[in-house]
Amino acid sequence: MIYLDHNATTPLDPRVLEAMLPYLREAWGNPSSPYRFGQQARAAVERARSRVAECLGCRADEVLFTGSGTEADNLALRGVLRARRARGRHVVTSAIEHPAVLRTCAALEADGCRIDYVPVGRDGVVDLATVEGMLGPDTVLLSVMHANNETGVLQPITELAALARSRGVLLHVDAVQTAGKLPGRLADLGADLVSLSAHKLHGPKGVGALYVRKGTPLDPLITGGEHERGLRAGTENVAGIVGLAEALALACAAAESEAIRQAELRDRLERDLLAAIPGARVNGAAAPRVPNTTNLAFPGVDGESVVVALDLRGICCSTGSACSTGDPEPSHVLLAMGLDPRDAQSSVRLSLGRETRDEDIATVLHALVEVVGQLRAVSSL
Amino acid sequence: MAMGPQRTPDTGQQGPGDDPLPEQMEDLPGPVLYYNELVLDHFTRPRNVGELPPAETDGFGVVGDPTCGDQLKLWISVRGGRIARIRFKSFGCPGAIATSSMLTELAQGRSLDEARRITDDDVIEALGGIPERKRHCSLLGVRGLHAALSDWEARRASEGTRTDR
Repeated sequence: MIYLDHNATTPLDPRVLEAMLPYLREAWGNPSSPYRFGQQARAAVERARSRVAECLGCRADEVLFTGSGTEADNLALRGVLRARRARGRHVVTSAIEHPAVLRTCAALEADGCRIDYVPVGRDGVVDLATVEGMLGPDTVLLSVMHANNETGVLQPITELAALARSRGVLLHVDAVQTAGKLPGRLADLGADLVSLSAHKLHGPKGVGALYVRKGTPLDPLITGGEHERGLRAGTENVAGIVGLAEALALACAAAESEAIRQAELRDRLERDLLAAIPGARVNGAAAPRVPNTTNLAFPGVDGESVVVALDLRGICCSTGSACSTGDPEPSHVLLAMGLDPRDAQSSVRLSLGRETRDEDIATVLHALVEVVGQLRAVSSL
Repeated sequence: MAMGPQRTPDTGQQGPGDDPLPEQMEDLPGPVLYYNELVLDHFTRPRNVGELPPAETDGFGVVGDPTCGDQLKLWISVRGGRIARIRFKSFGCPGAIATSSMLTELAQGRSLDEARRITDDDVIEALGGIPERKRHCSLLGVRGLHAALSDWEARRASEGTRTDR
């Protein structure tokens, strides 16, 4: 199997599993218990928090552990809106956010909040001037993803952070697709809240984190015990949290060399595909992107047909976000970029990872050329 | 078709397998996203793909929105009140291609009345089922056949000159 769907999930790194196992086998105490057996688990959680903080470039008490990246997004959006209710109920976000943000915004809208969606250009990047025009006196939060999960296109977060700060608006960044993939520390982006997820960076599923800059107003969504400083009740997922810290540390240590290596493989794959398949296009090619992601349109063939035909050849890829697979509607991200609906339906995402090898690229190229050729022979377009 | 992540002996980590299909999927209860073997067979080796030349076309149908979504084109030739030849081309998901292919097999050789009575459920049943969320894909095949049959009737009514499409 050649796995090119790392934006959906990644294999658990064996070193991460090793780090987790003691907290499943032996040190299974409750971190809130006062005796030494419980405090052993507490120490593991707090050590993990410090390691995550070091990778992000923030203080340990600015890191909250959650049950997923989606939960981190929910906590950021709903938690800030609740805490700042007196100030206003307006949110600005982008049209290309992950459903974790978009559907949460839709739910907030149903609760009486006002949401504005910043469009993107053909390159898939939000326009700063448009964002600026949308920020008003009642705007509480700006939420823009660091890199889009479908195209890999990076958003101008540093500029957005400066803009938000100058207007007294909080900035949330969904960094699920960039954490551990890019050199640099996420807290340095200047955002007030940053979401990440362990399983996108060779960690376990079921654990995420939210960076919350000190002093950021936030109300909990899940109430109960005083876990996570009262902001996320529930006994800590100790092994998962240890796994997240180990995975993030490993990813950050390898980020610089992997970014170069994967970008080289990705760029070669794109170059060869464009040369071999007439009419093929790279969606979002004009913008800076995360190094592991390519989104390609093969006009005349349906994206899901490409995905299934590649699966039958042992290659895993996707039509977009894993959440929308099986959805007959074309990608909201590609439509927002102005793609013709049929071209959006004809698009496929390949996302590379740490275990992607040189020779995989040649195999995938060969398979794609054949599959697109076969499907075009059946196509009515 | 055994796949499923295999175990690599050294790490015990779930690693790549070589075979194309996860066998455990066949036991999954309820609607799943994936297709059964017969659907995949009709998807990878669709029957009756292609076009009939205008001189041999007695009925032609095209269904699907002209600008977005799936599309199907279907050609029939009629001899002695039966569908003698049937061809199709399709832009769509594996479910759309497979159901169109199976439809052509069901329609081939049938009388026109029999062909008209083929339903979506007949096609899905002949394929041994398709994922619940993919049922809408099967609509295109039957609609395409109906369009081609109506085209044949219209041509006959006007004592059709064979100008197709």
